[in-house]
Amino acid sequence: MSDSYSNPVLDIKGLRTSFYTDDGEIPAVDHIDIQIHKGEILGIVGESGCGKSVTSLSVMGLIPSPPGRIIGGNILFNGENLLDASEKRMRSIRGNEIAMIFQEPMTSLNPLFKIGNQLIEALRTHRKWSHATYKERAIEMLNLVGLPRAEELLHAYPHQLSGGMRQRVMIAMAMICDPKLLIADEPTTALDVTIQKQILRLMRKLNETMETSIMLITHDLGVVAEVCDRIAVMYAGKIVEQSDAKTIFADPKHPYTKGLLASVPDIRSKTNRLFSIPGNVPKPGSIKRGCRFAERCQYAMDHCFEQDPDLYSFNNGKHQVRCFLYEKEGESAHESTITSS
Amino acid sequence: MAPSSSAKVNDIPVVKERASSPWRDAWRNFSKNKVAIMGLVIVVFFILLAILAPVIMPYDYAKTNLLDRLQGPSAEHWLGTDDFGRDILSRIIYGARISLWVGFSCVIGSVIVGCTLGILAGYYGKWVDIVISRIFDILLAFPSILLAIAIVAILGPDLQNALIAIAVINVPNFGRLIRSKVLSVKEEEYITAAKSVGMNDFRILFRHILPNSMTPIIVQGTLAIATAIIEVAALSFLGLGAQSPDVDWGKMLADSKQYLVQAPWTMIFPGLAIMLTVLGFNLMGDGLRDALDPKMKQ
Repeated sequence: MSDSYSNPVLDIKGLRTSFYTDDGEIPAVDHIDIQIHKGEILGIVGESGCGKSVTSLSVMGLIPSPPGRIIGGNILFNGENLLDASEKRMRSIRGNEIAMIFQEPMTSLNPLFKIGNQLIEALRTHRKWSHATYKERAIEMLNLVGLPRAEELLHAYPHQLSGGMRQRVMIAMAMICDPKLLIADEPTTALDVTIQKQILRLMRKLNETMETSIMLITHDLGVVAEVCDRIAVMYAGKIVEQSDAKTIFADPKHPYTKGLLASVPDIRSKTNRLFSIPGNVPKPGSIKRGCRFAERCQYAMDHCFEQDPDLYSFNNGKHQVRCFLYEKEGESAHESTITSS
Repeated sequence: MAPSSSAKVNDIPVVKERASSPWRDAWRNFSKNKVAIMGLVIVVFFILLAILAPVIMPYDYAKTNLLDRLQGPSAEHWLGTDDFGRDILSRIIYGARISLWVGFSCVIGSVIVGCTLGILAGYYGKWVDIVISRIFDILLAFPSILLAIAIVAILGPDLQNALIAIAVINVPNFGRLIRSKVLSVKEEEYITAAKSVGMNDFRILFRHILPNSMTPIIVQGTLAIATAIIEVAALSFLGLGAQSPDVDWGKMLADSKQYLVQAPWTMIFPGLAIMLTVLGFNLMGDGLRDALDPKMKQ
């Protein structure tokens, strides 16, 4: 464990978020441990409904309640437990220290107000400056995210911009207070591939120049491969594998990760059918016992259905896998906290 | 800071006209609608009438002249005179003041109260919603004019109390309307985005949710002015609204009811005034609904 990593920006410990419906408790996020360090980009990958977005909303304190509730764990942001913070304190953190961008750039801007208004409003929530300074900063941010003719753009309405431009505006709005952590919830899903690439490069650039840590949530392995330093793979509310990006792609261990990687089409191979993992994502809360992936897993053993596997770690805890296949090989990470590189 | 080449956008901003705000778009749609413009013209005509009343009234609206009582329309009295010999045209012009003022202020009052309650109910839900929605239900359970009469009966019959009564009975209409709109608007992503920027509830409610929930209120409000004018006329007709020497159109109708056969103009012209104003507001309201409906955009 090196020194720079000893104080993570965000340290999620054993987070549990559940939704309470007429059918009873549905655990959307179940004992998740994630750390994000300064200047790091962490990718959280998983299928729809695996709890990625719930994790990010939990950090922001924006879980819709009812029906949702955080029932356990800690979310430490620079050492401060966000779960104990008052609503007032949370408001001063949101946008200021932790910012968020959303999946749908088409609907994340208020259609009735000009871009400039919205940027400045975000800024004014946290900074008490003069109007001229607000405007200057807004223009600076629009330039920074690569939008030309910023001055003119301040007077444009959201419907006058394309999807890619709106997502840039959203990024400018999120970064305008210079946050320490940016949570990007599927920021490129609604964009076409060329714009996707530009947005990802932009995020990488901002990550490098402003030293903002980024939690990038996506279901697209191509996206994480492009920008992430480290990857956590989520399945049905749990993290099943976590490692640095290279290792995940070169040496995936968990059968689910292997399946995910196998289902990415390869331009070099001539297969007619794409590989897909058999079965469907289990309904949250439907699996009460055993490994949640067992039903779809080709390596499943008897005790996979009985017991939930621990996280087993390799390479001094830098690579962690939640699978009984590695019970012998890896050391149990049960005691140690999760470290990463 | 200069954008790096990799971060430059291919698409140049398409800021065609700076004037293209959502409200301007709505006005453009509205102005294409001839019927709606007709409504607007009627409404503006009556508003001007009301504002300029002291200047353009040919006679004093309250001056009696028993020699000229119940005279038909003539060059001297264009719309005839009533049972006290008062000039009907002057009374209609002056009545426009009261009728329109009452119509507007009732609706503004009920919009403010109704929207505030409705937006709180819609946004906070839970017990806030239950309490406010039940109050609306209770108010709506009464036949509206009966409730208005009851309120005036308690407060005492005069114009101001009639106005309060009409405002009260309209509150739940606006409240329910905006509540349902808020329920959908608060789930919009830009509201979550506003929260994630750290805005407080007040800001979110009144700067983001309210403006985006306003369109049905504008339409309903315009139509409600028409209804309010009729309701106040009804109260005045029943003797619960304007009291002499004040005059509004409803009171004119009430005063004329004994002379219906002898001097029908004493009733026809105030009736026409009410009808035209209500028609004007309704046409305008319909036009606004079409203009503000995003689905109608070409």
